[in-house]
Parts: sequence; C-alpha cells; structure tokens
Amino acid sequence: MKLREVAEKLGLEFFVAAAPEAEVEGGYVSDLLSDVLAHAQPKQLWITHQRHLNVVAVAKLRELSGVVFARGIRPGPETLQRAKEEGVNLLGSKLDAFHTAGKLHRLLFP
Amino acid sequence: MVGLDLERAGTVSTEVQRVLRRLGVEPEVVRRAGIVCFEGEMNIVLYTPGGRIILLVYDDRVELIFSDFGPGIPDVELARQPGYSTAPEWAREMGFGSGMGIPNMEANSDRLEIRSRVGEGTVIRATILRRKREAAGGRGETGA
Repeated sequence: MKLREVAEKLGLEFFVAAAPEAEVEGGYVSDLLSDVLAHAQPKQLWITHQRHLNVVAVAKLRELSGVVFARGIRPGPETLQRAKEEGVNLLGSKLDAFHTAGKLHRLLFP
Repeated sequence: MVGLDLERAGTVSTEVQRVLRRLGVEPEVVRRAGIVCFEGEMNIVLYTPGGRIILLVYDDRVELIFSDFGPGIPDVELARQPGYSTAPEWAREMGFGSGMGIPNMEANSDRLEIRSRVGEGTVIRATILRRKREAAGGRGETGA
C-alpha cells in the first residue's frame, strides 16, 4: 500500500513528504537504533519516540518507507531539514506507539 | 570525525552509500557497508575524542577502516558480545548503546578485525566481499 494511503487511513500527519508514493509492506516499532538497523526490513514504516537527526540516517540506511513519531512527538527543524535533504518521509501520529502499530497492522494485514 | 559531534554523525555512512552506488557496487554490499559504517561511526562519536574512516573499494571486496584516538577497549571479546555496552545514560536515551553495535558490524561484514590498545586507540577493519564464493575463480564478470 502507498504511504499516502496509509497516512490517510491512519490519520497520520506528514512532516516531510519526500516520497509519499513509497510502498509500505509492514512496520517496525523500536527506539533502539541498532535494533532497527539489524532487524527492520526495507519498505517498513518505523514507529518510534526518537526524534533526533540520526533517526533520518537509520531510516535511509535501512531503506524504510518512512518514520512515524508516536504520541504527538514532533521532530526539530534540523531533523526535518536532514530528512528533506536525504529524501526520507517523516510522519506524526497522535496515538501512542501501541495503537499506531495496531492500526497499521490491521490495515496492512486485515 | 570529531567525538560527540552527533549532529554530523550518520552523514558519513549515507555518503559512503552514495559513493558506492555511484561506483556501481552491488546493492546488497552497499546496504551492508552502510550499516557497518553507521555503527562504526557512532562508536567513534560516542566513545572517542575523534577518529577517521577510510573506505577502500576493490573488485572483490569493500573495506571500511575505522581508527580513533582512544580511549581503547580493555576487553575486545566482551565488547563483541551482544548486549554489552558502556554507553552513558544520555546516549541510551537517544537509542544508542544497546550493545548491538559491534555485533551488527560483524553480522554485516565477512570479516571484522579489532585491534585496540587502552590509552591509545582502536582500529577496526571490516571486510565485505563483493562476489559469491563460486564466482571467485572467474575475473571481471561483475564489470564494476
């Protein structure tokens, strides 16, 4: 499913829409960067509470379809800028990580 | 690279991937090199006053060499163990220091050599092979 459609159905807000037509095939929830690098798969949507610059690098390196900041967390201007430069999608969810992941799972694997 | 420069950390690995892609290196090798570089880069930034990263690209392999100016690893075998970390609390709060850095480097390279001397520094050489073993006899078939 396209990221744009996922965002609409889950009520996610785009902070950086670098490639909204990116394909989403699954999700991964973690706040540990090395864990994401080791276990997340390309085209997954990463749900996290981390909002610093290195999140962008991890998402890019792992070829994720985007990063969703849970529980209303908003990244700072440097993170937004880096994401634009690197072409990484950043989104926000008002729901906590559990409910965001739950809804994403139901949407992708009904 | 300068230690504790978290702003720029992460940019070396994305740059390394860009360079490797431009050179026509296989996507799987680019992916693994990116992860190895990110972990090595973070180790330099989080634990040392600074260091440098050298990227070497050969027909049959890619090498990443990380050298830093200290403080050195007292027990390298311990540092290789998943879950072992000496990261300070602030780094853990940022999602670093889960003790997966060196294991991740090992998992994404074909050989990982670590030489360290306490008080002097650490040199890590990661080798990522570009060809499948059965192709090793032939020359030039990847054309890169």
